[in-house]
Amino acid sequence: MNLFWLYCLFIILLFFSGLYCIFFTYNLIRALIGFELLIKAVTLLLVLAGNTNHQLALAQGYVLTLIVIEVAIIAVAVGIVIGLHQHHQSLDTRQLRQLKG
Amino acid sequence: MRVDIFLLIILMAAAIWTVMTRSLLRSAIGLALSSVILAMLMYRLGAKLAAVVELSVCAGLIPVIFVSTISLTEPLTHKEVLQQMKQRLRRFYALPIMVIALGIILSLLRFPPPVTGISAEGIKDAPSVLWNLRQIDLLGQVVIILCGVFGVVILLKEEFKQ
Amino acid sequence: MPALFILIPLLSLMLLNLPFGLMRRLIYGWGILLCLAQFFSVIYLPLGLWGRDLGVLAPFFKLDLGVDNFTRLMLICIGIVSFTAIFLVRYLILEEGKRFNFLSLLFLALIGLNGVVLVEDIFSLYVFLEVVTVCSFIIIAFSRRPDALEGAFKYVILSGIGSMMLLAAIALIFIFSGSTNFIELSAAVKALPHNWLMNFALALFLSGLLIKSGMVPFHGWLADAYTAAGPVGSIFLAGIITKTVGIYALMRVVIAVFGFSAGLIQVLLFVGALSIVVGALLALAQDDFKRMLAYSSISQVGYILLGFGCGSAFGFIAACFHLFNHAIFKSLLFVNSAALEQSTGSRDMRSMGGLAQKMPFTGITSIIGALSAAGLPPLAGFWSKLLIILALWFSGHFLYAAIAVIASLLTLSYMLSMQRKVFFGELAIGMENIREARFGLLFPAILLALIIVLIGVSAPFWIKL
Repeated sequence: MNLFWLYCLFIILLFFSGLYCIFFTYNLIRALIGFELLIKAVTLLLVLAGNTNHQLALAQGYVLTLIVIEVAIIAVAVGIVIGLHQHHQSLDTRQLRQLKG
Repeated sequence: MRVDIFLLIILMAAAIWTVMTRSLLRSAIGLALSSVILAMLMYRLGAKLAAVVELSVCAGLIPVIFVSTISLTEPLTHKEVLQQMKQRLRRFYALPIMVIALGIILSLLRFPPPVTGISAEGIKDAPSVLWNLRQIDLLGQVVIILCGVFGVVILLKEEFKQ
Repeated sequence: MPALFILIPLLSLMLLNLPFGLMRRLIYGWGILLCLAQFFSVIYLPLGLWGRDLGVLAPFFKLDLGVDNFTRLMLICIGIVSFTAIFLVRYLILEEGKRFNFLSLLFLALIGLNGVVLVEDIFSLYVFLEVVTVCSFIIIAFSRRPDALEGAFKYVILSGIGSMMLLAAIALIFIFSGSTNFIELSAAVKALPHNWLMNFALALFLSGLLIKSGMVPFHGWLADAYTAAGPVGSIFLAGIITKTVGIYALMRVVIAVFGFSAGLIQVLLFVGALSIVVGALLALAQDDFKRMLAYSSISQVGYILLGFGCGSAFGFIAACFHLFNHAIFKSLLFVNSAALEQSTGSRDMRSMGGLAQKMPFTGITSIIGALSAAGLPPLAGFWSKLLIILALWFSGHFLYAAIAVIASLLTLSYMLSMQRKVFFGELAIGMENIREARFGLLFPAILLALIIVLIGVSAPFWIKL
């Protein structure tokens, strides 16, 4: 078994652990941390793809852009979380029952 | 190859610790740790510049953002957290065994790497790629930074006033 | 030249945010001017002008953007819906300070939307898609009420998962091709037709974009996000954002990169039909006006997917026509819901009744929008639904054509029941003091209704079957 599929296996495991973190948690910030794990898995996949087809410069360009996008998303999401905390005084997802579904 | 396997296993361990740990603060620190190991892996794969940026941003800036929001908001009370963690941990005893078994099975099979007919030509370093080839992405980065700035201003402005 | 659609709003946004007092008053008029300029330039500029580069600025900006007819249609839709949204900011958002921030946000979203439809590279498509997504997070959460923040958070997480699946698919395809340009990617896909990794990438890509367009079974976030956004926000979201970010991206990449295969056609048809039926059934059960419109959006976008899934050029054109019609009538219905909400103070249809006597213009435009959604002749919606059903029939998918016909009966039923509950019948208790909405709210509604009627009535003259 060579390097490529080894990395792929761990990328899939990382992806699923991120998904697990998002869906089986009662805390909003932990959901964001799970989302961060998803982004790390995809970053590793991008660099792996660049390594495989010898286009490392291009892959690094993609990763740099992705990191900037990631920071922007986290900044806005943290703003939303802080706003929610102001209203409910807690970060429990079981308290978010205002919308049905 | 062995260094890679070692680093990947440590990455998974850090990720699982991040997911399962009881306090939010440790989770954020686990995220920073995962980013450091990810940067090492990226360096091994050859992406040197991206590894350095990943190290500074994702292992530095983003955990700082998380820690500051955790300190601005109160986490769940300790007892409830402990109860949930115990329930969840029980399901995970089988996971390391499954991964090792899967790894052994997969190492016995022979998977060829995906075929690419691409030769190692072209622009060799990332900054010139970004400035010459992918200017549209740079424009997108400028726009999304503006979006992030507006988002923070719109969503957080009054908190600081009060 | 196409780069001007991105560069001019960006430059003007940066200039307008300089701390001079004059700028705050200029942003509203400039926004309306930009949207009108976009609309008219796409229709009237000669084709030769599109290919020209930026002249003196060309050495600084090497942006490869491409314009074909599909892009021009999307630019027209973006122009119309952005015009409606920017026009209404003055009448629906009452605090001056917030107006400026919201208009800047709409500018950013406009830049992102134009970027999505103009690029010729799948990674740049992703970048501008994320720009639009981040702007829509802020648009939903703008009022900072608890339900708005909740809807925004749900949208962040679910849409983020979709984006990551899309990006994973891009990375997997990137393995086989030297760059992420559409042309090179399609050459790589053609060179390796039965590679399982490629098919897995296609599956990931479809799942990611179906999450972002709110198709069943990934529709959990859509109703909450549309209801929780403010009035202008939901017009913008429902009118153009979900369609561009989800359906346009899917159509563009399937056509430009993957091409149609039998499995893909089956999946698209199935998801489209499922969305139509589930969306319509859920819309029937709603009492909240905006929530019903949100589920109706799921249903109508399912029609677009069904038309596209035929795999033929005829189906594609039918889907594009329905996309345009949906942008118009859904924006119209959301404008009316904003007018209703402002006049009566609630969105619950059970407490309304007989409002046609008090709000005649809103009632008439609402009827036009509702009947166009249901597909009644001679309005525009009838022609696009007819074309979709014909496209399904001609490509041999008889069962799906039957489902489309039955579902349009469902659409008619919930739209008419909405009309009956809100506008017809006797005047409900507590509704005696309702006045008609202000002219500023009526003007876009009348304009959109006129467009629907004009296109519907003139359609037989320019549709050649």
